[in-house]
Amino acid sequence: MAIHEKSLIRPENITTHDNLIIDGIDVSGDWSTFIRTRVVSDYNEDLEEEIAAMPGGEYIHRCWQCGSCTNSCTVNAENPDFNPRYWIYLIRMGMEDELLRDKDIIWQCVSCNKCTSACPRDVEPEGVMKATAHWMELKGHTPPSNSTIFDDIFTEQVIKYGRIEDGEVLKDFMKKSGQPLMQDWIVQMVKQMIKGLPVMSLMKMGWATIFHPKTKNWAKARDAINEHIAEEHAAQKKALGLESVE
Amino acid sequence: MTTLIDKIDRKKKYKKVAYYPGCALEGSAQPYDKSTRAVGKELGLELVEIKDWNCCGAMEVKNIDPEIQTYLSSRVLSDAQHKSKQDVVMAPCNGCYHNLKKAEYDLENKDKSRAVTEKISKKAGHETYKSGDVETIHALDWIKFGYGEEELKAKIKGGLKGLKVASYYGCMYTRPRHIFPEKDQGGDSESTSKPHYMDDLLAIAGAENVEFPLKTACCGGAHTLSDSDMSTKLVLNILEAAEAAGAEVIATECPTCHSGLEMHQIRALKRLSKNTNVKVVYFTQLLGMAMGLSPRKVGLHANISDSVGFMKQKGIT
Repeated sequence: MAIHEKSLIRPENITTHDNLIIDGIDVSGDWSTFIRTRVVSDYNEDLEEEIAAMPGGEYIHRCWQCGSCTNSCTVNAENPDFNPRYWIYLIRMGMEDELLRDKDIIWQCVSCNKCTSACPRDVEPEGVMKATAHWMELKGHTPPSNSTIFDDIFTEQVIKYGRIEDGEVLKDFMKKSGQPLMQDWIVQMVKQMIKGLPVMSLMKMGWATIFHPKTKNWAKARDAINEHIAEEHAAQKKALGLESVE
Repeated sequence: MTTLIDKIDRKKKYKKVAYYPGCALEGSAQPYDKSTRAVGKELGLELVEIKDWNCCGAMEVKNIDPEIQTYLSSRVLSDAQHKSKQDVVMAPCNGCYHNLKKAEYDLENKDKSRAVTEKISKKAGHETYKSGDVETIHALDWIKFGYGEEELKAKIKGGLKGLKVASYYGCMYTRPRHIFPEKDQGGDSESTSKPHYMDDLLAIAGAENVEFPLKTACCGGAHTLSDSDMSTKLVLNILEAAEAAGAEVIATECPTCHSGLEMHQIRALKRLSKNTNVKVVYFTQLLGMAMGLSPRKVGLHANISDSVGFMKQKGIT
């Protein structure tokens, strides 16, 4: 029988016989299209628990698959393959291989929180996306995404100084993510920024890049934060069955 | 519902508040800081900047550790209460505003957030912030209720002369809903699906609000550099929708949105050859100019999106 929703099934799972006669009836082509039988045997029974052990993934078990997250998703509107409801389903079913097909786009969640606002079950899908992206990286399925590189640089500055200086974040990020700083649009932006700017503001900006803005009396908070993060990261690795790297 | 007594009470409460500018307003969003302070001064609203404030965690720290983000925001609230002796903190940056609200929610509802905040606060040697002690408000609330809309009408000199404005609120001012329990309460409370405080204030200042469907769309700010192609697409949607609605200016209330729109307006032209002419201006800059402050006083020259000549042409400055 013809499959009407053929576009929803991956081509490798569809078989069509160009020449087939059954009981004297010609069923060649579309009339003999079959979906291949698929047996999923490689479940990762721990997948849901592993994601739940990552920050943001705590409430994944609440999902009842209504699809409000995908329906409201900013990124889904630009790329239909970005499908939070489906990924949550796969994680809860333990279908790791299927999930890994989308490993290179899950990090693209822009944290607009439309899903978390829309979710009737308080799954906080935005957090689940972040948890899943981090799980991918910790398990070695993907290298650190640009998003993670940015988060790391930003957080390091906050922990070290108490504050960030946005020019320095930009510079560090472009360097660490291997992008040239002298791109046409960045150059144009800086040109437009400098034009019409009073000399005092320019001096202030220059000052900030040399003398990083700092929060006074920050050292004790810094140490306590570092200590806490080290504990949490060790616990996360343990939950994923990974050796804690000292 | 807001009663008259609530109104009078809020007016008194917001007259002098703790001010939390945050990292962006000290850096790339200096025009927002400048115009916020200038408008406050003009209206006789007093700002007490929190001493030694720290970053709220922005959109990044939570991805490393959510409880640290809560702690960072709680420290700001603790300082507002114990060092600045204020029970209201005003944050013009949507990110800061959002995170302080989020911390408030988490400290009220999540045991782990409370435990971690208490542990680190003790080690860091300051008072642990307790949820409910300080009220966090946005610059929009501050002007709308601290000065009053009726009173603002009398303050407008020259005004915005029918300037067609699309008010753009972004994500963090309204989402997720549960961290803003005071919104969607009817009366003059803010709506999370159709926010209107900025529209209201700019209408009083003489602007014409255009019908703009992407008020709370996402500009991709969290990935403005790490996934710039996506951000450019999202920003272009916003710019084009505003132009289609007839807007000459997009008014902003968030430094991340504002610089995102400015940056990707340029990037869309360079990379996709998509040209848009709509100007990007902080709502406090528009309010300030409507009250007769000069473009320099509200930092208009320091915006990347150049609107100095345009405002002059419109007779606004």
